[in-house]
Amino acid sequence: MIRITDLHHRLGGAPVLNDIDLTIPHGGLTALIGPNGAGKSTLLSLIARLRPIQRGRISVGPHEIGKVADRDLARVLAVMPQSTEVSARLRLAELVGFGRYPWHRGRPGAEDRAQVDRALERFSLTDLRDRFLDEVSGGQKQRAFAAMAYAQDTDYLLLDEPLNNLDIAAARDLMRLMRGLADEDGKTVVVVLHDINYATAFADRLVVMKEGRIAAQGAPSEVVTDTLLAEVFGTTARVAEVEGRPLVIV
Amino acid sequence: MLRAGLALLAALACLSVFVGTIPLSPADLLGAEGWSLVVDSRLPRTFAAILAGAGLAITGQIMQLLARNRFVEPMTAGAGQSAALGILLCTLLVPAAPIWIKMAAAALAALAGSLILMALIRPLPPTQPLLVPLVALVYGGVIGAVVAFVAYQGDMMQFLGTWLTGELSGVLRGRYELLWIAAAASAATFLIADRLTLLTLGEDAARALGLNVGLVTAGAVMAVSVVTAMVVVTLGAIPFVGLVVPNLTARLAGDNLRRALPLTALAGALLVLAADIFSRWIRAPYEVPVATTVAAIGAVAFLALIRRGAARA
Ligand SMILES: Nc1ncnc2c1ncn2[C@@H]1O[C@H](COP(=O)(O)OP(=O)(O)O)[C@@H](O)[C@H]1O
Ligand SMILES: [Mg+2]
Repeated sequence: MIRITDLHHRLGGAPVLNDIDLTIPHGGLTALIGPNGAGKSTLLSLIARLRPIQRGRISVGPHEIGKVADRDLARVLAVMPQSTEVSARLRLAELVGFGRYPWHRGRPGAEDRAQVDRALERFSLTDLRDRFLDEVSGGQKQRAFAAMAYAQDTDYLLLDEPLNNLDIAAARDLMRLMRGLADEDGKTVVVVLHDINYATAFADRLVVMKEGRIAAQGAPSEVVTDTLLAEVFGTTARVAEVEGRPLVIV
Repeated sequence: MLRAGLALLAALACLSVFVGTIPLSPADLLGAEGWSLVVDSRLPRTFAAILAGAGLAITGQIMQLLARNRFVEPMTAGAGQSAALGILLCTLLVPAAPIWIKMAAAALAALAGSLILMALIRPLPPTQPLLVPLVALVYGGVIGAVVAFVAYQGDMMQFLGTWLTGELSGVLRGRYELLWIAAAASAATFLIADRLTLLTLGEDAARALGLNVGLVTAGAVMAVSVVTAMVVVTLGAIPFVGLVVPNLTARLAGDNLRRALPLTALAGALLVLAADIFSRWIRAPYEVPVATTVAAIGAVAFLALIRRGAARA
């Protein structure tokens, strides 16, 4: 369970997060949606202790962010940041292997190599394992970063807009894999998504942010309505129900 | 590839022992005179070329990783000039200082020079990859000018060349052993190779994996500074090794340092050793400074790299 209480955050003098109280239950896939600049990335980076908390508290399972050591949290929570531009020429298998660093701290053993093989297999990257990052497609690259987070073997997985620049096939593949991590492995997955339809199709719960506040949360069918689109996203798109799920007609 | 390189290095090392102003044949090794020539001069010189070449290539690779830019190397980007400034100031202010004090002064100055460079290039936008080498070159040039000014004021101009232009002709037994410190610092980077590679993922991703980013960066900058300073103090500055070699090995082996560093070290040793043999041979019985030979090779290679980099960006 991720528990956030009384969280406030300012960047460059301007408030970015205001009085956030949020509980993300253990297990399942939670999608974080909201317009650009709502504060989603900031919230995610605070949970992942990549920025210091200014006011409020965040706990991930039994660990209090700000108190737990970086290396201990790295075995509990993996994060895939929004921009994954890596200038270095790394092979896919090497990249995924770095996900094991929190466990072997520089001396990978047989178990680590087995985990890397499993991650590559699960994310359908085995054939590409010796390719360099700059020799694969955008979708394969994103999959490799997700596989790296998976190889980290943590209970919690945070991903910031992993579907950026992916075509529909690659985006659905990646979301299915995330769904599998929640369903089969019992992980708690939190994904920032741009496209509401992907959120309603794959998430158990939605958390909607607007201007640094939580605007709504709950099951997709409760949250995604014409009113929400108008009030939070400022657009008059219609919501239809298809196969029991809300679908935004764009 | 590593094995072929090692064989080539062994062959060049043998050649290096027998090439020089005083002719030497394998049979001469049995005589006392030939033997002492080898032990006192030719072997130290060969070792010096290998150690300096390997060390400089490694520092280049690490600096490029820290700067997240392929077109920088410590020797021309301020660390080399700072080391020269350190030893120059030390010689001026405390002329009687023992060599280890001068060495420490050079290392500390190189450290300060590297840290300032890192601070200078940190805010540069990654979308302009040629800005970093530009700033680094200007920065190195400014420190080089300060060195020249101080040397002129202190009437030390005649020593300037020994630090600013690397040369192996003066290497004798008892006069190159500081390079083993450079070798130790280079070897130490092998131990943190994985951690250094993690830095290429970016600071956030590295921290998310539990890496102590500050500590690893500090260790890396320290190793770079020590190697640079030891080479400047013993041989003088040798530019371009740190620039050309890592670019070459990155193409072949990628940037995973665990895999790339041994190759980089080997290629650097090969380059400097081959350049030194060439420098002895080209206008024998006179010598060309090894830095000049390396720079001639390196400048051409660097231009090719810039062209390719600009075409890709
Ligand atoms: N370094 C910064 N300095 C000042 N303001 C920032 C900085 N980074 C982000 N912001 C602002 O914080 C707000 C939230 O940003 P972010 O969390 O990235 O939003 P989202 O991920 O929801 O698009 C935006 O209004 C953005 O302009
Ligand atoms: Mg964002």
